[in-house]
Amino acid sequence: MRTLSYRQAINEAIQQEMERDPRVFIYGLDVPDHKRIFGSTVGLLEKFGSERCFGTPLSEDAMTGFGLGAALNGLRPIHVHIRVDFLLLALNQLFNMISCYRYMTGGKCAIPLVIRAVIGRGWGQSFQHSKSLQSIFAHIPGLKVIMPTSPQDAKGLMIAAIRDNNPVIVLEHRWLYDVEGDVEETPFETPIGTARILRTGKDLTVIATSWMNIEAQKAAQILEKHHVDLEIIDPRSISPLDMETLVTSVTKTGHCIIADYDWLNCGFSSEISARLMETCFHSLKSPVKRIGFAPTPCPGTRPLENLFYPNAITIIREVEKKLSLSKIDLSQETFYSYENKFKGPF
Amino acid sequence: MDTNRVLKERQQLNLELYRRAYLIRTAEEKIRRHYDENEMKTPTHLSIGEEAIAAGICAALHAKDQLFGTYRGHGIYLARTQETQKFFLELFGKEGGIADGKTGSMHLSAIEDGLMGTSAVVGTTLPVAVGAAFANKVQQNGKVVAIFFGDGAIEEGVFWESLNVACLKQLPILFICEDNGLAIHTPKSQRQGFKSLCNIIRQFSCEVIHEKSTDPEIIYQLGRHALDHTLSTQQPTFLHLEYYRYYEHVGVYEDFKFNYRPKDEFLKWYAQDPVLLQRQKLLNLTILEAELASLERKIQQQVDESFENAQRSSFPTAEKLYEHIYA
Ligand SMILES: Cc1ncc(C[n+]2csc(CCOP(=O)(O)OP(=O)(O)O)c2C)c(N)n1
Ligand SMILES: [Mg+2]
Repeated sequence: MRTLSYRQAINEAIQQEMERDPRVFIYGLDVPDHKRIFGSTVGLLEKFGSERCFGTPLSEDAMTGFGLGAALNGLRPIHVHIRVDFLLLALNQLFNMISCYRYMTGGKCAIPLVIRAVIGRGWGQSFQHSKSLQSIFAHIPGLKVIMPTSPQDAKGLMIAAIRDNNPVIVLEHRWLYDVEGDVEETPFETPIGTARILRTGKDLTVIATSWMNIEAQKAAQILEKHHVDLEIIDPRSISPLDMETLVTSVTKTGHCIIADYDWLNCGFSSEISARLMETCFHSLKSPVKRIGFAPTPCPGTRPLENLFYPNAITIIREVEKKLSLSKIDLSQETFYSYENKFKGPF
Repeated sequence: MDTNRVLKERQQLNLELYRRAYLIRTAEEKIRRHYDENEMKTPTHLSIGEEAIAAGICAALHAKDQLFGTYRGHGIYLARTQETQKFFLELFGKEGGIADGKTGSMHLSAIEDGLMGTSAVVGTTLPVAVGAAFANKVQQNGKVVAIFFGDGAIEEGVFWESLNVACLKQLPILFICEDNGLAIHTPKSQRQGFKSLCNIIRQFSCEVIHEKSTDPEIIYQLGRHALDHTLSTQQPTFLHLEYYRYYEHVGVYEDFKFNYRPKDEFLKWYAQDPVLLQRQKLLNLTILEAELASLERKIQQQVDESFENAQRSSFPTAEKLYEHIYA
């Protein structure tokens, strides 16, 4: 094990798979330019040449169908979007073609296609450069959707996605790229459809997606000092979903907060909540609570951006309510500030 | 016509163009100087280098005409409105900005002045502008729509779909392709598989104009010609206008050190810098140095005042988060 950043872990996964399997190639706007998608595609052009690592015209819709065609004919494409918001231009190919192509051909075709998209908060990005959209993609049968949080999971899930014979959408949070952690060097697969227990605890289950796991871990550290023991579960895979791990945890703690990095309305949080109600209603000591974005477009200005996004404090306050605790004084605590990591503009 | 009057008119026109170009340059330079202070927390795509297009076309348009643009929208915002108060409030994320700071640099608009919107997803305003032109035609109100977009937008299917509809329906619209040869860091040669954009567009039922001058007056004349053509024939006009982007795609710095474009190219264009060229032209037209200096001082003051006002102003209150979502 060595320490790698999330961006390095993704990069290593792709490099190793491209080495192992000559059918794998990577493409997308800005993939080979000097910024290399926040550093995640570094070295690929040099190592594999411009036939296996290339930029594209601004043609998201066509280049998505292009990926489908290449996959049909035996290649294993990885298509990259520096913002998930641009992937919206390709929903037709994604929802009308890619997701149902195998179905349409009576199971004769497999679609080994990976679509990477960067999500979430940047720096004053406002409403066209900050979405997450996991529930939108997960809504569609035939697509798999993953949201790795740790560098280790980023590597293992990326490799699993590349080896998967189905279309897999990988949603990578902008801020996670700087997160560091231990990562195994030899290639390995983290099975898609398995959740990870990030922290075991007995008092309350927090189910968090993507960046919200970082916030949940911070909340857990603070709550620990106040004798509250959180269990944190990262589903990692939005679709398929490992309900068993979630149900086991909630059955144990009896309390559940879902902290989804997205809007709540018709969201992934609603889905988990409904399924918990269907499967372990009688183990719940309190109603499931959901935390997510404010139901508004994302504002650009910082003070409102801070209100739009939930964070560790939001989680702590909800835990207090659930467990009838008095309000914890947080004035001495330091919380994540992205100013320490990067200042704009992108 | 008496030569004196001709000279006067040319002086007036060129002063007007200079005022707009200089305002853009001054506001953008102000942003450049202060961006690192980290108070304007909004991704900015500067219009420096592009002033001739923004100033020339905006001066050619009539007050009732309408505009749409892109995230690289400071130029047309400033040239159209000539206001800087709301502009800087928005960049600082402050109350009283265009959308109380919620929209930021990439989505400027001035509905009251006919700047109907700009957008940070490439190509997205193109069909909207075509629909707006359709409404204007239906309502026979004589308004022309000007839609500004980059050379990258050409590669989106929606560009061709929009152009086709506009030509099919013979709508009063000017397509203004602001071609800086780059989409972020990628040159056209790595993105476009055709030889001549204009030759393709000429096959559509519209007028096509190509120009690479950085002279605001030349762009203005083309704008007038386009407007006349579109108003008299009710046919779209396509203006393919080349310019050079001086700084990085987003942000305020030079980026020649990354070697994706040669600095020589910049120097060639800079020798024809639209603002300097326009200034020199005014001197040649016998405008006095003192008059220019006074005009420049006024604009600098306007920019400084708006900037400082924005610094002093308050951020929007929490309720603003939920405002303006539904009518
Ligand atoms: C649909 C879409 N794809 C990708 C992007 C990312 N992106 C932002 S600006 C840009 C380049 C656009 O180039 P061009 O249209 O020439 O405009 P310029 O920035 O040169 O003014 C790209 C690819 C985007 N904003 N929207
Ligand atoms: Mg361009």
